[in-house]
Amino acid sequence: MKLHVNGKNHELDVEPEMPLLWALRDELDIKGPKYGCGIAQCGACTVLLNGEPVRSCSYPVSSADGQKVVSIEGLADKGKLHAVQQAWIDHQVPQCGYCQGGQILAAVALLKKKPKPTDQDIDAAMTHICRCGTYARIRTAIHAAARQAGGKS
Amino acid sequence: MNHLSINRRLFLQVSGSTAATLSLGFVWPQSAVAADSTEVNAWIDIHPDESVVIRYARTEMGQGSRTSAPMLIAEELEVDWKKVRIVDVPAHDNLRRKRVYGDMASVGSRTIRNSQDYLRKAGAAARIMLVEAAAQRFGVSASECKASMGMVVHSASGKKLSYGQLAGDAAKLTPPKDIPLKDPKTWTLAGKSLPRVDIADIVTGKIRYGVDVQLPGMLHAAIAQSPVFGGKATTVDSSKVDNRRGIVKVINLGEFVAVVADNWWRAKEALRDVSIEWDNGKNGAVNSAQIMQVYRDGLSHKEPAIARNDGDTLAALAAGQVVEAEYYTPYLAHATMEPMVCTAMWTENQLDIWASTQNPESTLTAAASTADIAQEKVRVYAMQMGGGLGRKSPQDFTRQAVAIAMQIPGKPIKLMWSREEDMQHDLYRPASLVRMRATVDQVGKPNALHVRVSAPSLFSQLLRMPLQNGVDQQAVACFNDHPYAIPNTLVDFAIRTTHVPVGFWRTVGHSQNPFVRECFLDELAHAAGQDPLAYRLSLLPDNEKANRDKSILQAVAKAADWGKPLPKGVHRGIASVDGYGSWTACVCEVSVNARGEVKIHRIVIGIDPGYAVNPDNINAQLQGSVVHGLTAIFWGEMTFKDGRVEQSNFHDYRMMRMNEMPKVETVIAATGGFWGGVGEPAQAPLAPALGNALFAATGKRIRSLPLKNHGLSLARA
Repeated sequence: MKLHVNGKNHELDVEPEMPLLWALRDELDIKGPKYGCGIAQCGACTVLLNGEPVRSCSYPVSSADGQKVVSIEGLADKGKLHAVQQAWIDHQVPQCGYCQGGQILAAVALLKKKPKPTDQDIDAAMTHICRCGTYARIRTAIHAAARQAGGKS
Repeated sequence: MNHLSINRRLFLQVSGSTAATLSLGFVWPQSAVAADSTEVNAWIDIHPDESVVIRYARTEMGQGSRTSAPMLIAEELEVDWKKVRIVDVPAHDNLRRKRVYGDMASVGSRTIRNSQDYLRKAGAAARIMLVEAAAQRFGVSASECKASMGMVVHSASGKKLSYGQLAGDAAKLTPPKDIPLKDPKTWTLAGKSLPRVDIADIVTGKIRYGVDVQLPGMLHAAIAQSPVFGGKATTVDSSKVDNRRGIVKVINLGEFVAVVADNWWRAKEALRDVSIEWDNGKNGAVNSAQIMQVYRDGLSHKEPAIARNDGDTLAALAAGQVVEAEYYTPYLAHATMEPMVCTAMWTENQLDIWASTQNPESTLTAAASTADIAQEKVRVYAMQMGGGLGRKSPQDFTRQAVAIAMQIPGKPIKLMWSREEDMQHDLYRPASLVRMRATVDQVGKPNALHVRVSAPSLFSQLLRMPLQNGVDQQAVACFNDHPYAIPNTLVDFAIRTTHVPVGFWRTVGHSQNPFVRECFLDELAHAAGQDPLAYRLSLLPDNEKANRDKSILQAVAKAADWGKPLPKGVHRGIASVDGYGSWTACVCEVSVNARGEVKIHRIVIGIDPGYAVNPDNINAQLQGSVVHGLTAIFWGEMTFKDGRVEQSNFHDYRMMRMNEMPKVETVIAATGGFWGGVGEPAQAPLAPALGNALFAATGKRIRSLPLKNHGLSLARA
């Protein structure tokens, strides 16, 4: 099995049904995606698969064979933070931070589809659980990142 | 640097490029750690390149004190904050240095309020020594020199020397005995909203949590604990998995069974196919109704412990017309996003621990006692926590990890609980059944109040500590110290002990008792036909503490436009409480439709923590307290059947999400003169403010939680 993660190719010899999360975490030492529930409820394990957010705890690694995976570690472009990451810093979004890698990737995917998301768009896309309660700041940061990207284009 | 032990270096090396983020400097530009750095005192290293290391000796779970505690040192040190890097202190360093760093636990919202004095003095003492060293070099009196931004300047001559140039001499001086501290009114760094030092590493995925520990040869453990609390595994048949790929060992340790493998998923999957017979003990048939009866019996208990006894309450109640109400708050799970996790490595004469722990010193003692070795042979590295909420202070997971590691010497073993284990083997926020009885005078003010609390004791059941006069202070919190002018107050406590394990849950007794106290007060206000805010203010006497209640009530009421007309169908409620050394108040505005959907139009929540060290972080804690609180208020409830917890994951233990997040406005009204906590207290006034708003909206008084049991749901924001 081949995985293309954060710009690097990896050969993997694991059970096809192993969730992508555990191939990343325990086989490749890519720890950004987090375990939170194991049943695709919380979103802490989110990665981008060909640009789409997937909950890697419930996604068999075999389905990602040969495809492009981006985890939070691979989001910045050669050290330059993605606009969403920068907005997360500017608005001091994280508290414990455990869910935030997944939240950020979901926001990146949302902005790709909808560069100017409404609050309803954000509600529909951002279904992850944050126990610290950073939702209000996440919303603010997404709008800020959208403005930032809009200003550039 | 001398506090980096061999094992720490190993870990940093293994973590590779991400190592620096774990304990070394978070946002500030990295400069190589100079070998000739000088430790001015235990908290502060100064390097020749002018970079400054400030040590942080508590833990971080998102409460932000890894930033705000060092801010207090930096304020007194007079250093350029951009040159500061924060280094976490490992627990064994504290032990080795005779606890020079004091208490390391992050519990009870007490990092700032309990350590502000010695942190500020550490910064001030170092500054005094640096100034003295400069004065000696200049050949002048120290009083003629001034420190600022990492430089000491002799104003008359204009001569200056940097901290980097002075640190070596300063460290040789005798530390001052008299250490005057700045008046907080003159702060230039503390009191400002500064970015947290760890957020940049969070958003890039560099920061490593307890779950992210990776060591050479490390193995993973998944466990199954007895589904019935207190049960034991009798027979374990692992024949189906013994030869399965990656499985290293299946271990029966009685209270739990562990599968150790080369990948956590393999361990967890194999565990499902291990056949385990459990001896449930005597609790295998216990259910919620039976537990509730234990609480009910507490209401009629004849010899309760007395927590407060002003005047002659029972006589006053016997002479008047009694208003009576019963309130119930349920068991709750913590459900931190990161489950319990601990990595342990046992070699012949050494035990190394990497854990997500709120109390690294407890981790160290728990590990040493489990392994039955001297504490000096244990090293503990507290990792960034994916939430703590009070759950990661008790050390059950540490003991388990050590017990497993001792079966496989020489290999680091990372034990992580599944979400299901976490939810079903929590140390639950205890339920509490409270009966309130009061009589009122001619103008509707209470002249007697009897509070009977029927609840477990955290101190007795969890901490096994003796109770003074039989009273658990958390169980009676906010009743025993209510500020209201009620001449006759009796608070008594009937301790309840069931087989359900209990623990400290964010805001602890203040997460539930304010709901009772402040809703009951609202009942009395409405019975008296008075405005709930005016009624509260009229009951608060003129003393220092009650004046803080008045002050925060008025600040929040003003911010919430209390008294101004609301749109049709929208109603508001108010409450105030003090806890964790801070004073808080909350106003909620709600409307409720015919389907029982509660729309929260606005929440205004405020705190007076005395001093606001990092206001934006306080703001974040208040916002977070609202989410944590609303989740519990609407849905939180553990139920029991066949001796075990019925809930198992987020599908049946519901969490609030983005689309339900209401508008929250925060008020930080720091009046100075005292130091209060900020992580927990703001949750306290939320439930009663909401309950009171619901009464205003519906005429129905909610006296038990969660709201889902009353046919109420949270409408999308």
